[in-house]
Amino acid sequence: MVFLRLTNPNLFLRFVDLFFPWLAAAAGLCLCGGLYFSFMSPPDYQQGELVRIIYVHVPMAWLSMGCYFLIAVSALGTLVWRHPLADVSIRAAAPVGAVFTALTLVTGSIWALPTWGVPWVWDARLTSVLILFFLYLGLIALSHAIEDLRRSGRAVAILALVGLINLPIIKFSVNWWSTLHQPASLIRSGGPSLHPDMLRPLLMMALGFSLVFVLLYLMRMRNEILYRRVTSLRQMQARLQASPGTLPDVFGEVL
Amino acid sequence: MKRKWRRLFLIGLFVSFFSTAVGSTLYVLSRLDVLTFFYSPTDLVRKNILSGFRLRLGGLVEEGSVDRSSGKMVSFRVTDLKQSILVRYTGILPALFREGQGVVVEGILGNEGVFIADRVMAKHDEVYMPPEVAESLKEKDI
Repeated sequence: MVFLRLTNPNLFLRFVDLFFPWLAAAAGLCLCGGLYFSFMSPPDYQQGELVRIIYVHVPMAWLSMGCYFLIAVSALGTLVWRHPLADVSIRAAAPVGAVFTALTLVTGSIWALPTWGVPWVWDARLTSVLILFFLYLGLIALSHAIEDLRRSGRAVAILALVGLINLPIIKFSVNWWSTLHQPASLIRSGGPSLHPDMLRPLLMMALGFSLVFVLLYLMRMRNEILYRRVTSLRQMQARLQASPGTLPDVFGEVL
Repeated sequence: MKRKWRRLFLIGLFVSFFSTAVGSTLYVLSRLDVLTFFYSPTDLVRKNILSGFRLRLGGLVEEGSVDRSSGKMVSFRVTDLKQSILVRYTGILPALFREGQGVVVEGILGNEGVFIADRVMAKHDEVYMPPEVAESLKEKDI
């Protein structure tokens, strides 16, 4: 339960500063190795060189869903424990998730145009991922729409929990309904239907992009904490200037 | 502590009600074929789908059925290994189009049971492997 102590913002900031360079180095190493194996891996028997897009597309798709799961867990933290770091976590993760989802859609389209013959179809998988993208945009918009941090945090958390239902829909859309998108190759009954030489770069890229996600997430969380502190110090200063001598009650309210 | 557990319980209740609602809505929609991207040949025959409506048909291109003899038009049979339907199409086929490949065609089911397609999409399966492995698998099959 050492990790529970990280819910203290000061300890969290120190943890980020300590581990940041190591995480960055590990991410760089994984991505370099992943890229090397991506280009050294054999072409596919049907698609040829085009198969290499999956080394970006699939990790992006996993992370865009993983990021939403992280947001939903943070939403529980906001609604049940009312912990300010949970709200910071949602605000930090949402834009990163939105970008990863957009990259999933874009790389998917680039792959689909030569493979299927069309860049976009409204099948269950593609549509549910597009909805995930809109959910991220909704979370970002809502978190900026209400100025009071506590009220906006609660609203954002409720929206995040409502959108959680989309995750199983995305995952199982290819099994429940007939879609143009192919079913899962890796996490399926009967083991991966991906050749081991292609599995290696895929997993390395997935690890590398996951580390990049963690880096961006921690960086954004640190910035959000510092931003909130600066804001509350400014408010304190303004109140002191307006009526000198009174003790400000905003101290410690936000973080 | 008690208030936190109550909040957690309420949220759990809300989430389970909400997912039941969404789940049953999706179930009804899929029974109405709203969420399917394409019908299989068996669906078209069994469900007695009226001709003249735009729809998508998916399945495998039947081995030996591709006929390019009549100029720009290509005709082939789409099969799900139980039923098969004759498809006519004029236009550019996707690169992955070949016999035995999964395809989804979009168009109108004509009166004589011939599907007039104006769009052909190749469906890729979930299997990825190098060409040499595919070769050796083929040899073992024969």
